[in-house]
Amino acid sequence: MTTIETATGSARTMVLNMGPQHPSTHGVLRVLLELDGENVVRAASDIGYLHTGIEKSCEAKTYSQAITLTDRLDYLAPLSNNLCYCLAVEKLLGLEVPKRAQYVRVMLTELTRVASHLVWLGTHAIDLGAMSVFLYCFREREEIMKIFEMFSGQRMMTSYFRIGGLALEPPPGWYEAVERVVALLPGRISEYEDLLTQNRIWIGRTQGIGHISPEDAISWSVTGPMLRAAGVAFDIRKAFPYSSYEEFEFEIPTRTESDCYARYLVRVAEMRESLKIVRQAMAKVPPEGPIRAEAPGIVPPGREKMKTEMEALIYHFKIFTEGFAPPPGEVYQAIESPRGELGFFVASDGSPKPLRVHVRAPSFVNLQALPKLVEGRLIADVVACVGTTDIVLGEVDR
Amino acid sequence: METVDREHVPAVERLRAWNPRAAAEVLEFRGEITVVVPAELLRGAAERLRDDPSLQFNLLSDLTCVDRFPAEPRFELNIQLLSIPYCSRLRLRVRVPGAGAAVESLVPVWPGANWMEREVFDLFGVRFEGHPDLRRILLPEDFEGHPLRRDYPVEGPR
Repeated sequence: MTTIETATGSARTMVLNMGPQHPSTHGVLRVLLELDGENVVRAASDIGYLHTGIEKSCEAKTYSQAITLTDRLDYLAPLSNNLCYCLAVEKLLGLEVPKRAQYVRVMLTELTRVASHLVWLGTHAIDLGAMSVFLYCFREREEIMKIFEMFSGQRMMTSYFRIGGLALEPPPGWYEAVERVVALLPGRISEYEDLLTQNRIWIGRTQGIGHISPEDAISWSVTGPMLRAAGVAFDIRKAFPYSSYEEFEFEIPTRTESDCYARYLVRVAEMRESLKIVRQAMAKVPPEGPIRAEAPGIVPPGREKMKTEMEALIYHFKIFTEGFAPPPGEVYQAIESPRGELGFFVASDGSPKPLRVHVRAPSFVNLQALPKLVEGRLIADVVACVGTTDIVLGEVDR
Repeated sequence: METVDREHVPAVERLRAWNPRAAAEVLEFRGEITVVVPAELLRGAAERLRDDPSLQFNLLSDLTCVDRFPAEPRFELNIQLLSIPYCSRLRLRVRVPGAGAAVESLVPVWPGANWMEREVFDLFGVRFEGHPDLRRILLPEDFEGHPLRRDYPVEGPR
């Protein structure tokens, strides 16, 4: 159990326990606050309430089976996790994914970013007392969830990206469905902005609050919108493009104020940029073409092939009973998830099960900097700071 | 996938200029460079990599451990570094023997190493000398064992 000794030893301060069951901690985060009146003198986070041993479980699964576990890390952006894990294993295998699958992956992960930011905006707004934004955000998120359901059959635990490509052919009518959502969202985002951006209460609760300098942010390994709101234009999609991101045109929104308000503006601007990418990706997806790499023994053959060709049937059987064995070695693959640098470190010992799968979870690393944001502020600001750190405890605790 | 010339990596050249023993091995796999650093030189090497104006590995991306049980030295720390100004990545590796596994902490170099090292301590039992607050982080304090070790069964101890 984490304890916090009173730093000054003076009778002025008291220790307050916030969480783990507290609505504004977005899950099960416990924060211990040493208070002088309403001012936070010191803060310490206690995590691990949602630890499920996903990394250990991965070692007992074949490479393909472990995909389903990745959905459950950052459950607000399951497709980002699927993508990062698949890219890592594909790198380990030296596997090239067909362009058609790459564009569908980009399109869906960018929709994931929008959906994730919508949940963030809604829950953050409700934390600070703006009830209606929450309802609107979830209404629009549901439209994106319907697209995921259309593609994968699942709203949340999609597991739609597989090693070497996609699980299924994109469903009939997907283009119109995505187009409808992409046409709908910019107007809706403007509506949220109308409710919040100039709102005096919103500005009062967020502006100048939770400041972290860019130097501190970098040395504390903070990434994602938090780093960009501190003025550092670092985005892995631009710095180390993966899945054909180099073919897309988009801006990296940055601010320099590095407060909760700046993070809000960065995330709202990111949603618009993501929609730009979705539009470009939709146009690029060819109507026909392979969705899986041609790699016998690693990527399952298509249904038709499996039913008609002896070899394909054997591979199908072997892939699903034994799995496949990548060459021994280690890779680290990072992507820009909605929360920052999501990384998978995968080590192979040449057997069909990974020797080690480690998740570099952006929420886990960003949450570390929380005391920097809240110390010296009021207790009510802790809620705003936890909100704009945008943590998902499934990923923090793994 | 492009191959990288592992004899001419700037970071390796800078490290060797500082201490000829600092880059004991340079490995290349799938375009990623891994530099094996002797445990006693880790902190010095990390400081060089962070402060050298031609490298500037200013962000510690990740720090994790691999257990190679029953091989010895069984633990392998893998440290992913990122240089934002030069847009480059580098992996450092430190091999740690199983008995009394300990290595110097990187918290004085990158404060962000704090929770990452606590996680490795918690799940692998590798100690970090000079860490300001080395406690379990994900598991409860009274938990016995280190579950990410390879000799710890997935179902838990029997």
